Amino acid sequence: MDMNQYLSMFIDESREHLQSLNDELLNLEQSPDSLDTIQVIFRSAHTLKGMAATMGFEQMAHLTHEMENALDLMRNEKLNVTTGVMDILFTCVDLLEAQLSSIIERGSDTDIDISQQVELLRALVAGKPMTEAQQLAAAEAAAATATVAPVAGSADAADQTDFLLNQYEQAVIGQAVEKGFTAYIVTVTLSPQCMLRAARAYMVVDAYEQIGELLRAEPSVEDLEQENFEFDFRLLLMTTESSESIQAVGLRISEVASIDVAELTNIGTATSQLTPSKQGEQPGPNPTEYAKSTDANSTFVQSPGANQGNAADDVPETGKSAKPNSGTNVVQHGHKTASKSVRVDTERLDTLLNLFSELVIDRTRLEKISRDMNHPELIETVEHMSRISSDLQNLVMTIRMVPVETVFNRFPRMVRDLAKELGKKVDFNITGAETELDRTVVDEIGDPLVHMLRNALDHGLEAPEKRMQNGKPETGTIHLHAYQSGNHVFIEITDDGNGIDRSKIVKKAVERGLVTQVKADSLSDEEVFLFMFQSGFSTAEKISDVSGRGVGLDVVKNKIESLGGRVIVKSQLGKGTSFIIQLPLTLSIIQAMLVKIYDETYAIPLSSIIETAMIKKSDIKTVHRQAVIDFRGHVVPLISLSRFFQISETEQWSEQERNVVVVRKGERLAALEVHQFIGQQEIVLKSLGKYLSHVFAISGATILGDGQVALIIDCNAIIS
Amino acid sequence: MAVEMTQGSMERKVIVFRLKDEEYGVDVNQVRSIERMQKITRVPRTANFVKGVINLRGVVTPIIDLRERFGLAQEEHSENTRIIIVAVDSMEVGLIVDAANDVVDIQESSIEPPPAVVGGIQAAYLSGVAKLADRLLILLNLTKVLSAEEIQQLNHLEK
Repeated sequence: MDMNQYLSMFIDESREHLQSLNDELLNLEQSPDSLDTIQVIFRSAHTLKGMAATMGFEQMAHLTHEMENALDLMRNEKLNVTTGVMDILFTCVDLLEAQLSSIIERGSDTDIDISQQVELLRALVAGKPMTEAQQLAAAEAAAATATVAPVAGSADAADQTDFLLNQYEQAVIGQAVEKGFTAYIVTVTLSPQCMLRAARAYMVVDAYEQIGELLRAEPSVEDLEQENFEFDFRLLLMTTESSESIQAVGLRISEVASIDVAELTNIGTATSQLTPSKQGEQPGPNPTEYAKSTDANSTFVQSPGANQGNAADDVPETGKSAKPNSGTNVVQHGHKTASKSVRVDTERLDTLLNLFSELVIDRTRLEKISRDMNHPELIETVEHMSRISSDLQNLVMTIRMVPVETVFNRFPRMVRDLAKELGKKVDFNITGAETELDRTVVDEIGDPLVHMLRNALDHGLEAPEKRMQNGKPETGTIHLHAYQSGNHVFIEITDDGNGIDRSKIVKKAVERGLVTQVKADSLSDEEVFLFMFQSGFSTAEKISDVSGRGVGLDVVKNKIESLGGRVIVKSQLGKGTSFIIQLPLTLSIIQAMLVKIYDETYAIPLSSIIETAMIKKSDIKTVHRQAVIDFRGHVVPLISLSRFFQISETEQWSEQERNVVVVRKGERLAALEVHQFIGQQEIVLKSLGKYLSHVFAISGATILGDGQVALIIDCNAIIS
Repeated sequence: MAVEMTQGSMERKVIVFRLKDEEYGVDVNQVRSIERMQKITRVPRTANFVKGVINLRGVVTPIIDLRERFGLAQEEHSENTRIIIVAVDSMEVGLIVDAANDVVDIQESSIEPPPAVVGGIQAAYLSGVAKLADRLLILLNLTKVLSAEEIQQLNHLEK
């Protein structure tokens, strides 16, 4: 089967499960007693295992399988949720993420070393819970819930490494073997195309019940009937038949991909011997080769006190009644609540948007033509079309919108790890994660947010002792809040830490010559805090390895401004700090002012424009050979776009009056001198392509109504 | 486009275009379309040979003047002037050439490495020279011609 077509689905779904693992582990850490949470984690790990095994990513299947063992003990309350256990599980998720990215990049998961983690997990499984199990076994020999130890190892199939037998089952097997029965672990793998897995599994189980005694099924028979399994399940079968005929019986059923039969021998001794004979392999496996692997990963432990005699008499009845302890009240997976949505390839969405932007361009052209022709019916039709296409445009835009949740998701985990590392206590809460933003913005916003969150944790929040001294609760709070307002989305990161010391920043800014002391005194707090976004500006006395407050904030600011957004800082000393990021809803269609500079047309994004004005030549002054104008009490530099863009003059510039567009970058203003205003228009952003990826002061292009290309001016670049 | 020295009847289809008085060839697989001259929107502060961008069926496509790129003398555009849209490494660029009107099959065996000294055009831009009955066809190494690093270096020189 060609797996490639399933790969992207596998990747998507794995991502979802990894996210769910991360989320639920965090939940579990908060409420360690929640069996439901463990159940969800178990199911996610289990599904991942199944998917990975189906796709042939054995390392991933192996790791998830080991996780599953530990989680199984947890849900049976044989293993407590401790920090140690949580750390191991979190690291497992990290490794799984690494495996997934390795699969994405290199198509294989084999180059991620998981051996250490597997050993830790095995130690978890084999360690403390075993003694508990033994105690239980001693108290109630027939208790079907007692879990002892892994029994079987397998040479190649990772998901067959162990099979937990309880005391009772061991006793039964021991007796049956004496009577000439042989115990086999039969691993049945259904073909991936199998449609009715439950029915197929039932047929397999039924067939085996004809030739022997089925001691146990994993997942349980109930789960099999409810299709609570992926494509493989295991049966513990007692029979007098040979392994070849067991295989033959199973393979007679259609849609069974393979039957793996492993003999379970020497039940009474400390080590189990397995004799696998895999379908398609030569019969008569090499026992010595196999022994190596069983030595390595299977130890069969049997409690000496097991009452073998009694148990043996009950073989037929109890064989059926003995239920495995797992999976009886499992949440059904694979049948997710059918949400009414379709997963769409983003490329298709981009194509749709591109096609649509073509339509917007044509619409603009039609509007122009109909105006020029002044034909009433044409005008009416075009107006109607314009309205419809506006609605359509909004619709297309909303399709591109994704909740910020996709970015926010990874933060709880990050904050947890970082807080641990820094020795701080933090209550991290997120609100408004359902707020939607254009996918391109969402893709870009992650890094700046990570930076600011780290910053809030490292520099915003004080250490627990210090908080206590200041009469604050020991645990700090960081609040990540997203909301939409008008055409913008705001994301706020608020901490209840120490706040920013205005005087420190002023001192530093004066030292660096950014501002005079007198001027600084007249600035508002917000204006002062903006100094922090200057490159290399740091107020941290010692710069930690996480980040000095200020270090890298210039990068954050540039990123956000490149997305057409801005950052505002609010802070109260001793009370806390808020970083507020304002972002445009979308990036692909924007409002712009079209201007002409001689015969070249340029577009200036409306978001940068403060206002347009006409000035007299006499209003232009010079300061240090830089032309400036007085704009509402501010001295604003006047930039001649024709000179800036080296535009050749084609006609006489009006001597007396000049058109200017006053634009801003953050708090700084500039007046751009243009020849003529054409008007305000919706334009579709187009990239200049890879070949011209970095053109100074040009952020992209758009296609005008007449089919010509107009460049979009990047005011940020001009002002800096 | 490494020069394959394999013998035999391996054929390659190339689009032939003219620049000054020489004939050049680019692999047909790298050519998207051939366009007539049209209005080009100048992009300020780019290298001289970057003439600007055009609207190519909704895609903003950069245009470079191959004469200027190779340091040849400028000439007025004529009726025959064409823009060859090429695609290299997911980059689409239009090349202004004097004329483009031929497609030929050339034998791999007839391709020779570029001569050590090539007047005017740096040998690095060439991937080989193909001998056709009575003409010589200069095969371009487009990857090199459109190399982004080189553009950046040139940009630097301009400033």
